[in-house]
Amino acid sequence: MSATDNNGQMTGREAMREAMRQAMLADDRVFLMGEDVGRYGGCFAVSAGMLDEFGPDRVRDTPLSESAFVGAGIGAAIGGMRPIVEIMTVNFSLLALDQIMNNAATLRHMSGGQVGVPLVIRMTTGGGRQLAAQHSHSLDGWYGHIPGLKIVAPGTIDDFRWMLGPALDDPDPVIIFENGGLYGASGEVSETDPGLPLDRAIVRRSGHDISLITFGGTLPTCLDAAQELATQGVEAEVVDLRSLRPLDDTTIMSSIARTHRAIVVDEGWKSVGISGEIATRIMEQAFYELDAPVGRVCTAEIPLPYPRHLELAAMPSVDRIVAAAQLAMQGRTPEMAVA
Amino acid sequence: MNDLDTTTRAEMLRDMVFVRRFEERCAQLYQQTKIRGFLHLYVGEEAIATGVCHRLRPDDAVVATYREHGHALMKGVSAESVMAEMFGRVDGCSGGRGGSMHLFDAEHRFYGGNAIVAGGLPVAVGLALAEKLAGRDRVTACFFGEGAMAEGEFHESMNLAALWDLPVLFCCENNRYAMGTALARSEAQTDLALRASGYGMPAWSVDGMDLEAVVDSTERALTAIRAGGGPVFVEFQTYRFRAHSMYDPELYRDKGEVTEWREHDPIHMLFDRMVADGQIEADGLAAIEQEVDARIELAVVYADASPIEDIATLERHLYAPNPESPTLQEVTS
Ligand SMILES: Cc1ncc(C[n+]2csc(CCOP(=O)(O)OP(=O)(O)O)c2C)c(N)n1
Repeated sequence: MSATDNNGQMTGREAMREAMRQAMLADDRVFLMGEDVGRYGGCFAVSAGMLDEFGPDRVRDTPLSESAFVGAGIGAAIGGMRPIVEIMTVNFSLLALDQIMNNAATLRHMSGGQVGVPLVIRMTTGGGRQLAAQHSHSLDGWYGHIPGLKIVAPGTIDDFRWMLGPALDDPDPVIIFENGGLYGASGEVSETDPGLPLDRAIVRRSGHDISLITFGGTLPTCLDAAQELATQGVEAEVVDLRSLRPLDDTTIMSSIARTHRAIVVDEGWKSVGISGEIATRIMEQAFYELDAPVGRVCTAEIPLPYPRHLELAAMPSVDRIVAAAQLAMQGRTPEMAVA
Repeated sequence: MNDLDTTTRAEMLRDMVFVRRFEERCAQLYQQTKIRGFLHLYVGEEAIATGVCHRLRPDDAVVATYREHGHALMKGVSAESVMAEMFGRVDGCSGGRGGSMHLFDAEHRFYGGNAIVAGGLPVAVGLALAEKLAGRDRVTACFFGEGAMAEGEFHESMNLAALWDLPVLFCCENNRYAMGTALARSEAQTDLALRASGYGMPAWSVDGMDLEAVVDSTERALTAIRAGGGPVFVEFQTYRFRAHSMYDPELYRDKGEVTEWREHDPIHMLFDRMVADGQIEADGLAAIEQEVDARIELAVVYADASPIEDIATLERHLYAPNPESPTLQEVTS
């Protein structure tokens, strides 16, 4: 069954599977490796059926050895292959952080430009499924801190389908953060590659009152918030960053030039996070465009708790985004409102 | 190997049945969405936690994984507080914050409930280091699956524990699969005790379905460790009868294999032995099940009656509360 049967609609997991299949059919240097990607079919069933189609050499089950198989992906990339390394979730990527940060991100620089690492690492990210502290991290922005890496986070099903190609074409390491909540979500998928550069942000909804700047799992939340705001007479523009490193300053600033107000929404923590980076860039590059301080809606500064009501209260929600946007319309931020 | 006396056998049989029925009740409660998130059941592996924990002293510590309900119960954590934890309620053993994968009970020296594979091993080594530095003869028992043996944290912990002669009992629960990955697909050397012995510690393998063999091995290991002999590694060979978690379609093993292993059910193995030795009636299991089911229902009722936490306290438990000392803000303002 082709995954596009359904009128161009696919789920996130089908879209990523199709992206991997097509990449592997087109280029025999491409292979997938990770824990349970083969026999099990992927811990989120993203690679279901691929072992049968491509065999165990190219859909390669690894032991629980995150550091070793990510490092092996780096080595294989240097050796001329085009590996897609799947780390089950961002939580376990911390065991491979040394390889990612000290090898993948630095080899080109410290070898004086001789040794590049054309590697793609895919991992699930995000909370919201009651998996508790150790299984709910959102470190997408945190990885964006590291020079030498490229960080992307699809927020639409079309990007689940079409981001992998340019990531594999890239001569440097690209990490794709896939929000777990989007694997089961359906969305429209372009029949052919829309040809979007990997590092380009996109305006997903136009509006002239305020910009909601976000990425990944909180994109749908922001689109819902924009809809709600419209019923309250506020026209919000929604900017989908898509890439966290590099950040597309041009798209962000041109949105600010239209709306003069912004809320940054990130499922990561606020302190020392990417939301602060974006707010600072706006201040540096578009200060005189602003009619209000830049607001932020992020996850509460705690490891995510297990109970549903506490987890929901901790994470960005439509209500919190709408409230922050309404405050921005009055020239205020949630922090000021508390004081 | 010595047979256990009648009373001990009866007690341990009841405990294994208790863990089994508790897990099966959890599965039902998951279907009813009372329990959410990830839920990993211990069905088939009960003899290990039961046998090991029975031989630990109350002041010994346990570090376990996300498949740890049985270990918590056998270490003395109350069924009420374990169930309330899985319901995410304030009376849970972790105040509801952790759920199924993060059971904690410091009073019973039960230190989790770790959901990062092999993440508990270094902590167990550190707990044992504290015993050594303090000159105490307490042991730390650390449970993990065979899948964890591929992680760097396993290697580093084994080496450190042996290098420093630390009182750790490494309990490898080899249920043959790490999620969908069979042992032979994840380990170049599938003789796990042989591998462990390479770190310079006593290591052996035992039938983890045979409760009496588990108890015997545990006694041997604990005696050596308490005598100051450093860590011991025991591989308990076992099998998980159910899926890895509640989301597992089990495409990686065939039904026949599961059926075959169910013939080696640890509960039946002990029960049959007791029947043969005239220590229990041939229909004696039903009465035990009834008794433990009643206890489990009390835990469910307790959990259901426990309140959820007020959202106002969302951000607590991040740092130690210390009402005595003023905050920096109070000092400077
Ligand atoms: C570092 C890390 N990688 C991956 C996972 C996902 N995961 C959870 S349990 C598991 C299998 C572990 O198998 P094993 O150690 O044999 O224990 P078992 O589940 O069989 O009891 C995997 C891959 C994880 N929790 N932590």
